[in-house]
Amino acid sequence: MNAVLAVIRRDLLLAMRRKSEVFTALFFFVIVTSLFPLGLGPEPALLKKIAPGVIWVAALLATMLGLSRLFAPDHADGTLEQLALSPAPLGLLITGKIAAHWITTGLPLVLMAPVLGLQYDLDAGALGVMVAALLLGTPLLSLIGAIGAALTLGVRGGGVLISLLVLPLYVPALIFGAGAVEAHLSGLGAAGHLSLLAALLALAVFFAPWATTAALRIALE
Amino acid sequence: MNWGSAAEFFAMGGYALYVWGSFGVCALLMIAEPILVAKRRSNILQSLRRERLAETLDNHE
Amino acid sequence: MSNRLINWFRYASPQSFYPLAGKLIPWFWALAALFGLTGLYIAFFVAPTDFQQGEGYRIIFIHVPAAWMSMFIYLVMAFWAGLGLALNTRLSGMMAQALAPTGALMAFLSLWTGAFWGKPMWGTWWVWDARLTSALILFFLYIGFIALQAAIDDARRADRAGAILALVGVVNVPIIYFSVKWWNTLHQGASVSLTKAPTMAATMLWGMLIMALAFWMYSIAVALMRVRAIILEREAHTEWVKALPEVRGSTS
Repeated sequence: MNAVLAVIRRDLLLAMRRKSEVFTALFFFVIVTSLFPLGLGPEPALLKKIAPGVIWVAALLATMLGLSRLFAPDHADGTLEQLALSPAPLGLLITGKIAAHWITTGLPLVLMAPVLGLQYDLDAGALGVMVAALLLGTPLLSLIGAIGAALTLGVRGGGVLISLLVLPLYVPALIFGAGAVEAHLSGLGAAGHLSLLAALLALAVFFAPWATTAALRIALE
Repeated sequence: MNWGSAAEFFAMGGYALYVWGSFGVCALLMIAEPILVAKRRSNILQSLRRERLAETLDNHE
Repeated sequence: MSNRLINWFRYASPQSFYPLAGKLIPWFWALAALFGLTGLYIAFFVAPTDFQQGEGYRIIFIHVPAAWMSMFIYLVMAFWAGLGLALNTRLSGMMAQALAPTGALMAFLSLWTGAFWGKPMWGTWWVWDARLTSALILFFLYIGFIALQAAIDDARRADRAGAILALVGVVNVPIIYFSVKWWNTLHQGASVSLTKAPTMAATMLWGMLIMALAFWMYSIAVALMRVRAIILEREAHTEWVKALPEVRGSTS
């Protein structure tokens, strides 16, 4: 457990030293969501209808941005091999790296989302549901994305390839995440969507680090 | 037998575009795929033969 | 029993599988042609005109087999990929790689014929129906698999990375299908219900099953042809490939 915390602390420290990467993803998220009203017109009813979808799609793309850098620097400087050789199980250490990725890219999106929701005329209840959905959904995005990042590690054209591999797998997260807000807005209640998201997250927490580790071992050979 | 004449068969009761559009593309791709695969094999065979020829020429020198 | 086990392992090596596949291919082509011609005959000359959809429904005879095969091939591909990962056999990875383009073709055909069926029946080329949407995502999964394998130069690494992707995909396909279905029921007003399928006459069902067999045999034949090409490409510098009659023969 200590090793996991050490990995998280190290990655956070590295992220703090290179703040630009964290802010790039965040501002990408802000800019993309702000472009939609410009393209579609400022009609509040329309904006309210598209808000959950736009914010979720922007969150997917913003998460994608940093994914290719998830393992690449560690692979280049040999840290990854050191992690693989350490006595702690690699799967746990990788879970730590994924957690750090979520804290530096997912969590800022969750915190920024309510502000963007205001742009789209969402009320407090809908904002709350959206934050809850993003809180459950963004770790899922990091976990699934890590598999893609590990598979494309050191592969030419990896940055573009990763989106081809990962985006189709993001479909359930997008559907339940955006659906939660929509269900709340239409008065159906978001509990069903949120519990399904939680179930997917639980599934991913078990399987994604395992698949990521297997893919990393292949890349390290 | 459903059809009075060949023209009736090709007209498909007014659905000619859709029926022949699907069957045609399906047939086209299912003919093209094995041809491309066969071509892929003959390409590799050809380069293997060339390598072999080069080797035998080397040995003769 | 032990005898059979040895035989299986014998054919698991590319060297002995290559000639075996060569012998099997004509048989599968013959079966594909036989089933295909029978199926087409039933599709066009035996099956009666549908009273609701007229002659347009005849697309079902290729649409449904293509859709079935696109899903079935993904499962088979994931099976070979998983086997290759577990047992570390070379041939399994080649099989998975050989199946992927055919699976993608089937997924594409099911989308294409679906669109050509949808246009006269529901008035649009595309509906965001659960089955159509899942078929589209399945097509994307195939493309991802092919792109990943194409991007990795080392064949063994490509096999194993592809295997993990195929296994992750196979876990995700039911989740994606379920989520798309859930999404679809929520947005029922916007889409057309596809459950009102025409009542299936026995001859239609038979025609469809025979066409499905034809597509199946076709897929096996093409996959075997492709696996032979892949074996030659990967084993180009081995002695047995150099000793093959088609490599030694100077004719053609």
